[in-house]
Amino acid sequence: MSGPLTRRGLIALGGGALLAGCDKIGASSAAKSTFKAAEKLTMGAQRLVTDRAALAPEFGAGDISPVFRSNGNATPGTPDYARLLAGDFRDWRLEVSGLVDRPQLLSLAEIEAMPRRTQTTRHDCVEGWSAIGRWTGVPLRLVLARAGVRPSARYIVFHCFDSFAGAPYYESVDMIDALHPQTILAFGLNGHRLPVPNGAPLRLRVERQLGYKHAKFLRGVEAVASLDSIGRGGGGTWEDVGDYAWYAGI
Amino acid sequence: MEADRPRGRLVYRHRWPTRLWHWVNALCIFILLMSGLMIFNAHPRLYWGAYGANRDHAWLTIGGTQAGGRMIVGPVAIPTTGVLGYWKDQQGHIQRRAFPYWATIPSRYSLAGARRWHLTFAWLFIGGGGAFVVASLINRHFVRDLKPRRDELAPRHIWQDIKDHARLRFPAGEAAARYNILQKASYILVIFVLIPLMILTGLTMGPGFDATLPWLLDLFGGRQSARSIHFLCAGGLLAFTIVHLVMVVLAGPFNEVRSMVTGWFRLRAR
Repeated sequence: MSGPLTRRGLIALGGGALLAGCDKIGASSAAKSTFKAAEKLTMGAQRLVTDRAALAPEFGAGDISPVFRSNGNATPGTPDYARLLAGDFRDWRLEVSGLVDRPQLLSLAEIEAMPRRTQTTRHDCVEGWSAIGRWTGVPLRLVLARAGVRPSARYIVFHCFDSFAGAPYYESVDMIDALHPQTILAFGLNGHRLPVPNGAPLRLRVERQLGYKHAKFLRGVEAVASLDSIGRGGGGTWEDVGDYAWYAGI
Repeated sequence: MEADRPRGRLVYRHRWPTRLWHWVNALCIFILLMSGLMIFNAHPRLYWGAYGANRDHAWLTIGGTQAGGRMIVGPVAIPTTGVLGYWKDQQGHIQRRAFPYWATIPSRYSLAGARRWHLTFAWLFIGGGGAFVVASLINRHFVRDLKPRRDELAPRHIWQDIKDHARLRFPAGEAAARYNILQKASYILVIFVLIPLMILTGLTMGPGFDATLPWLLDLFGGRQSARSIHFLCAGGLLAFTIVHLVMVVLAGPFNEVRSMVTGWFRLRAR
C-alpha cells in the first residue's frame, strides 16, 4: 500500500477538481433542468403540506422591529414618480386590468375607503434578514372582486414604477396566494402612510413568501392566464434576471 | 506498512444501507455546507429572536473594511484578514464577502445559484436520511450498533475511551469490530440531534412553512434564532466531518474506506 500522504494528495486534488467542477456543472443545462425539477418539487411539497388558507404568524405591537429595513430600490427615481410624489399621490391611480369584467382605475382615496386589514407580520428577505412591521391595506381579493376577475385568470401580475436591470419591476402570484386573506395591497406601515423606501403609495404583502415577491411602488394589477408573454416569462423581475425561484415559500 | 503486519480476520462491518447513505451524505454535506456559506455571504450577520436586520444587534458578524477582515462574536473582534471578510479572488482582486471563493458554491457570488444547489441537495439529504432511518430500524442497526451498552456508560469506561482516543491508541482485534462509546456518542449526536435540527431549522426559515407549523419556529425562538441554530449545527457537522476524516486517516484509510465501500473490514492483529 502507498502511504496516506499520496492518498491525501489525491483527495486534495479531487477536492479542487470537484470545486472547479461545481461551477461548470451548475451552469450546464442538465443541472439547470435538475434545479428546475427540484424547484417544482419544493413548491409542490409546500402546497401539499400547507393548507391554502393557513395564516402566516402574526405578532404583537411589542414585537415590531425598531427600524424596518428597506431593500432593493429606495425610490423609482423617475420624473413620473417624482411628479406623483410631489402631488401627494392625488393623481396616482392603480390600474386593474387583464382578465376582469370591470377594469378599474382606483385612486388612493378609493382604495383607503375599502374594507381594510391590519396585520403585524414578519418580512423575510431571501438574503436572510427579517423585519417585523404592522401593515395596513386592502385585501387583494376585494380589489379583484370589485373588478370582477374571470375564472380564466390563473395569475395576478403586479406592475411597478421602479426598474431593475433596465426592465420595469414586476412580480406575480397564483390565485391561491392572490385570494389568501393576508394578501393585501398595503398603504400603511406601523400606523403611518407607507414611506417611499418601503414602496409608496402601495405595495404588495404576500406573507407566506420571501421579500422579493412583495412588489413595491405599484401602478397596476393585471389578471392573466399565462406568464409567458410578460417580461422574459419567469413571472417576476428576479426570476427573469437572477434565477430566483418563482414560488418563494422557503 | 499494513501489508507487512500479520493479517487479521475480515469482518462484515457495514450493511449496504449504511454504506449507501454514507456516500450520499459525503456528497450532500460537501455541497450543502459550501452553498450554505454562500447563502450566509448574502447577509453575514446572525441574530437571536424573531427579527434581525442591519440596524439590529447581531451576535455574530463577518465583514471587511479597508484595513482587513474580522469576525465579531459578541464583544470580541477576531482578525480574519486573508480568510474571512477580506481575501483575494482567483483574479487577485480583494473581496470583502464573508467566506472566500474556495469555501463556497458557486465560487463567484450568487445567492440565487447557491439557493438552487442548497435546496436541490437538501432533498437528497432529507430523502437519504429518511430512507436510512427506516432501513436502520428494520435491520436493527440503531439497536445493535449504536445503542450504548450499560457497561459502556460507566464513567470509568468513558474516561478510558477518552484517554485511548487522546493517545491515538486504536482498538485492535475483536474490539475494532464494534463502535466504541465515543464513536457511538458522536454518531448518535449527528444522526439524532444535529441532522434533525439542521432539517427543521432549515424548514422553519421558510415563511411558507411557518404558516404550516408556526409552533415549530416558536420552539426555536423565532426565525433569526432558527437561522443561528442552523449555522451553529452546520459548524458542528463540519467539526464532525473533519474529526471523522482525521480518524479515518490515522486508523488506516485503506481498510476504513474499503469497509465503507464493500462492507468488509480487516481486524488488526493484536
